[in-house]
Amino acid sequence: MARFNVLNHELVPEHQILSKKDEQKVLKELGIRKDLLPKISKNDPAIRALEELNGPIAEGTVIRIIRKSPTAGVSVYYRMVSGSEVIK
Amino acid sequence: MTSGISKKIKEIRFSLLSPEEIRRMSQVKIITADTYDDDGYPIEKGLMDLHLGVIEPGLRCATCGGKVDECPGHFGHIELAMPVVHIEFIKEIKRFLDATCKVCGRIKLTDEEIKAYKPRMYELMHSKADVELLEINIKKITDEAASRTICPHCDAQQTKIILDKPTTFREEGIKVTPKEIRERLERIPDEDLLLFGMDEKVARPEWMVLTVLPVPPINVRPTITLATGERSEDDLTHKLVDIIRISQRLRESRDNGSPQLIIEDLWDLLQFHVTTYYDNQTAGIPPARHRSGRALKTLVQRLKGKEGRFRSNLSGKRVNFSSRTVISPEPFLSVNDVGVPEVVARELTVPVSVTSFNIDKVRELVKRGPSPRDESGRYIPGVNYIVRPDSRRIKITDENAEINSERIDVGWTIERQLMEGDIVLFNRQPSLHRMSMMGHTVRILSDRTFRFNLAVCTPYNADFDGDEMNLHVLQNEEARAEARIIMKVEEQMLSPRFGGPIIGGIHDHITAMFLLTHRNPRFTEEDTINMISYVDVDHLPDPEIIDGKKYYRGRDIFSLILPEGFNARFSSKLCAGSEGKCPYEDRVEDKEVYIRSGKLLTGTIDEAAISPFSGVIIEKIFKKYGPSVASTFVDRMTRLAIGVLNVIGFTTGIHDYDIPEDAVSSIRSVSKEAVAKINKLIENYQAGLLEPLPGRSVDETLEIEILGVTGEVRDQSGKIASAHLGLNNPSVIMARSGARAKMLNISEVAGMVGQQSVRGGRINRGYTGRTLSHFEKGDIGAEARGFVQSSYKNGLNPLEYFLHSIGGREGLVDTAVRTSRSGYMQRRLINAFENLKIDEKRRVVDTSGSIIQFSYGEDGIDPAKSDKGRAVDVDYTIFDEVGESS
Ligand SMILES: [Mg+2]
Ligand SMILES: [Zn+2]
Ligand SMILES: [Zn+2]
Repeated sequence: MARFNVLNHELVPEHQILSKKDEQKVLKELGIRKDLLPKISKNDPAIRALEELNGPIAEGTVIRIIRKSPTAGVSVYYRMVSGSEVIK
Repeated sequence: MTSGISKKIKEIRFSLLSPEEIRRMSQVKIITADTYDDDGYPIEKGLMDLHLGVIEPGLRCATCGGKVDECPGHFGHIELAMPVVHIEFIKEIKRFLDATCKVCGRIKLTDEEIKAYKPRMYELMHSKADVELLEINIKKITDEAASRTICPHCDAQQTKIILDKPTTFREEGIKVTPKEIRERLERIPDEDLLLFGMDEKVARPEWMVLTVLPVPPINVRPTITLATGERSEDDLTHKLVDIIRISQRLRESRDNGSPQLIIEDLWDLLQFHVTTYYDNQTAGIPPARHRSGRALKTLVQRLKGKEGRFRSNLSGKRVNFSSRTVISPEPFLSVNDVGVPEVVARELTVPVSVTSFNIDKVRELVKRGPSPRDESGRYIPGVNYIVRPDSRRIKITDENAEINSERIDVGWTIERQLMEGDIVLFNRQPSLHRMSMMGHTVRILSDRTFRFNLAVCTPYNADFDGDEMNLHVLQNEEARAEARIIMKVEEQMLSPRFGGPIIGGIHDHITAMFLLTHRNPRFTEEDTINMISYVDVDHLPDPEIIDGKKYYRGRDIFSLILPEGFNARFSSKLCAGSEGKCPYEDRVEDKEVYIRSGKLLTGTIDEAAISPFSGVIIEKIFKKYGPSVASTFVDRMTRLAIGVLNVIGFTTGIHDYDIPEDAVSSIRSVSKEAVAKINKLIENYQAGLLEPLPGRSVDETLEIEILGVTGEVRDQSGKIASAHLGLNNPSVIMARSGARAKMLNISEVAGMVGQQSVRGGRINRGYTGRTLSHFEKGDIGAEARGFVQSSYKNGLNPLEYFLHSIGGREGLVDTAVRTSRSGYMQRRLINAFENLKIDEKRRVVDTSGSIIQFSYGEDGIDPAKSDKGRAVDVDYTIFDEVGESS
C-alpha cells in the first residue's frame, strides 16, 4: 500500500465506480447495451488503484471518467471493466 | 441475377486443405509438365488439361461442358514424390515441433495444466474475441510447453529443434526431413490441438507439410498469345512446370535407388520450387527468375503490397466515365466551375432514362448524332450510345442517328455527352483531405487542358508546372444530388482542419487588392470602368469630383463586391512582417480594416482579409451569408484583382533589390563586425575563457553564441536593406501584403544571405576536421562553417555557394522523407478510421455500434462549421449586430 496512487497524479483523470442504479440510468440515457461501451482492462492501473480503495471490482462494472478537455472544458466518458485477457 | 442478395455471409472460417480434400476437389491428376502439343492443343493430364477450364473461345470445358464465359475453372492436383514444408506455415510447424514431445506427440504440459487452459482457449476460439488476444494466449501456452526438456507424459528427454531459415529444420545439427516432420506432426493427438488454437475438426498439423499440391484452374494463369502468334505462359504455370519436372526426377531417382546425396539434392530443389511457387520473395533464398532475369510473380506477389490484388484491385479500382489531363488556370471561371476540353466532353457521357416526359427531347438529342454543333459552330452535346431495355448497346453514328432516334422508346437509356452545367467530381492526387475531391459544374472549352479558378489551387495543392488532375462524371441522380449539396466547391470553403477558409485569393489577387485599397488611391473614371468591367457589377461607386472630373477611390471600388450589410473589423497583414516597430503602426487608416454595412471605410485589404487560411472577409461572409454568397465574393474578388492589375500594371524584377552604395557598405561593415565577434568568441573559447551556459558544455555554448551573432547580423542587414526599400517597391509590396515571399527573402537578395545550417547548427560535416579542403583542419571560423556574407544579387563565391548548397539539400531531403513517412501514417489512420461514423447523437461509433467517443471531439462541434474550433465568435456577433459597443 505504500505504492504510489496513480489516481492522484495530475495527468490521470478522475475515475468513478458507478452504482448499479446509476449504471442503469446512464445506459438508458445513452440508449445502448452495456457491451457497446468502450472497455477498460481489469488490470488497468486505475482500476487496480480503485480496487485498493474500494475492494474488488467485478467485470462489467461501469466506470465514469471525468476528463479535462481542451475543446469542451470537461468531458465525461464511460468504460466497462473487461475481464483479464491472458491466461495467468 | 437482378434480384439482389440471395445469401448473406454470416461468418468466414479459415482452415487447412487436407491431402484428401485436395484430391477430392481435383478434376484431374497432372502428371506431365507439358502444356500444348505441336498443333497447339492442350495435352491430356498436362498443366493445360481441358478439365481445368477453358480460356480459348470455341473450346468446351471437359469438366462442366461450359464455354469460355460459362466455365468457372476447376482445380487439378500434383502428387509430390516426397513431402515438402509449406513456407507460409513454417512458424506454426516450428511451434508444434517445439511444444510437443518428439516421442509420444503430446503437448509438453501436465494433465492439470491442460485441464486448466482448455476452457479459456475454447472460449476464445468460439467467441468473437480479439484475434490478437487469442494469439497472445497461444504464444504463452506453447512457449511454456516448449521450455520443458522432459516430456511430462512419457518422460522422454527432449532435444532442441532449430529452424535454419527458410525451410530447413535441424535437431542437434542433423537435418530433420519434411517426411520426419510430417510423421511427428501426425502423432499429435486431436485433443491437444485446441491449445495451439487449431480446430481439430477442420485442420491437422501434418497438413502443413505438403504431399499433394493443388493446381489452380487455367482461368487463374491464362496463356497469353502475343501479336506474333507466340504463346507465353503465366508465371504460375512456369513454376508448376518446374515442380512437376523435379518431382518426377525425384521419384525416378528414389525408385531406382540412386545415392542418398542425389535424392537429397533433388528433394531440396523440390522444396525450393514449391517455396518460390508460394512466395518468390522468401528471405534467404534467391528468387526464381525468367530467362530475361525478371523475377517471377508467384502467389504471394499477386496479393501483397501496393500492386497486389487487395490494394490495387479490391480497395482501389480503375473506373469508367473518368478523364485525366494537364491543368491550367482560367481566372474568368467561377470557383465552382471546371473547364472541360471539347474532346473530353464528347467522350464522357451521362445516362438519361427515356420517359414519357422527356422522350421528344431525347429523340431530338439522338437525332443530332455523336458530334453536333449549333449554327455558330459551338459545342452542343450529342449522344454516343443508346441502350435498349435488354441492355444491348447501340453506337450512334452520323449515319444511324436519324433511324435510331425513331426507334427509341420509354424504358430505353441514352448516353448523352457532357454539357454545360453538369456536375462532375474533380480530383488531384495525393488526396490528403476531403477538399482534394470536390464537385464542379462543367464549362465546355476548347483546347486540351482542364481549367479552373486560381482560388481553388490551395485545397487541391495544385500549381500549373505540369500538374494533371482527374475528372469523374457522376452516373446517377443520388450521386449528383450528393455532389451538389455536400461536395460542391462553395460548400467546402471552410476547412474542417482549422475552421477557417481554405479557398481564397492568392499571389496576384492579394497584390491587386493591396494596390487597390492601400492608402485608398484615386482612379479616373476610365480606369475605374475598366476595372469594374471585369466584374458583374452594374453601377459605379459615388464619385469624387475634382476640377469637374470624376474620380473614384479604391476602397469604394472594393466595396462594390462586398455583400450588402456586411460588417467586419480586423487588422491588416501590413505590419505583421516587420521587425520591431512598423512604420505603419500608427497609420490606423491603413492598418485597421473597418467594414460597415458593406462599405470598406478604412484599412488595407491583403492576406489577412482574402487569403486562404487567414482571410477574415471570406470566413465571415461564408458564416453570415452562406456558400453561394461567399463563392460569388471570391469569383468577383479574383476577377476584380485581374482587372486592377491590368489597369495599374505590376512588375517585379532584379532592380527591386537595388540599394544605395552606403547601404551596401553598412551591410558589409555589419557582417565584418560579426566575423570579428565570432573570431573573438573562438579566441576566448580556445583560451578556455568561455563561460558555459547553464546545462551546456563549452562547445555547445560556443555554437549557441555564434548562432546568436549570425542571427543578429541577418536581422540587422535585413533592417538596413528594408530601410531603403519602401512600399513603392513591388517586391516589398508582395512581401508586406502576404502575396509572396517574406521580408527576410528580400534581405537575402539585397543584403546578405547569412548563416547556412544543417540540423539547426552551423555546417560541420565533410572532411575530417573541416568542411572543405580549402580550410585548415580545426578551422571553426565563420567562413569555414557556412556564414555567407554575399547577397544573392551580388552572387556567392564558390566556397559560399558550396556550403549554401549543403544547407539547401537538407530541405529537399526533409521533404522527401516527410512525404513518404506521413503518407504511410495517413494510410494507417485512414484504415483505422474508415468504418467510424457520427450518429444522430453526435457520438462516434463503429459499424457494430460500439462507442468510440461519446461526443465527437468531446464537444460535439464540427470544426468546419466552427469558428476556428470554437462554437461561436461572440465578439464578432456582437460587433455585427450592435456595432461599436464591443
Ligand atoms: Mg506542380
Ligand atoms: Zn468447366
Ligand atoms: Zn512424450
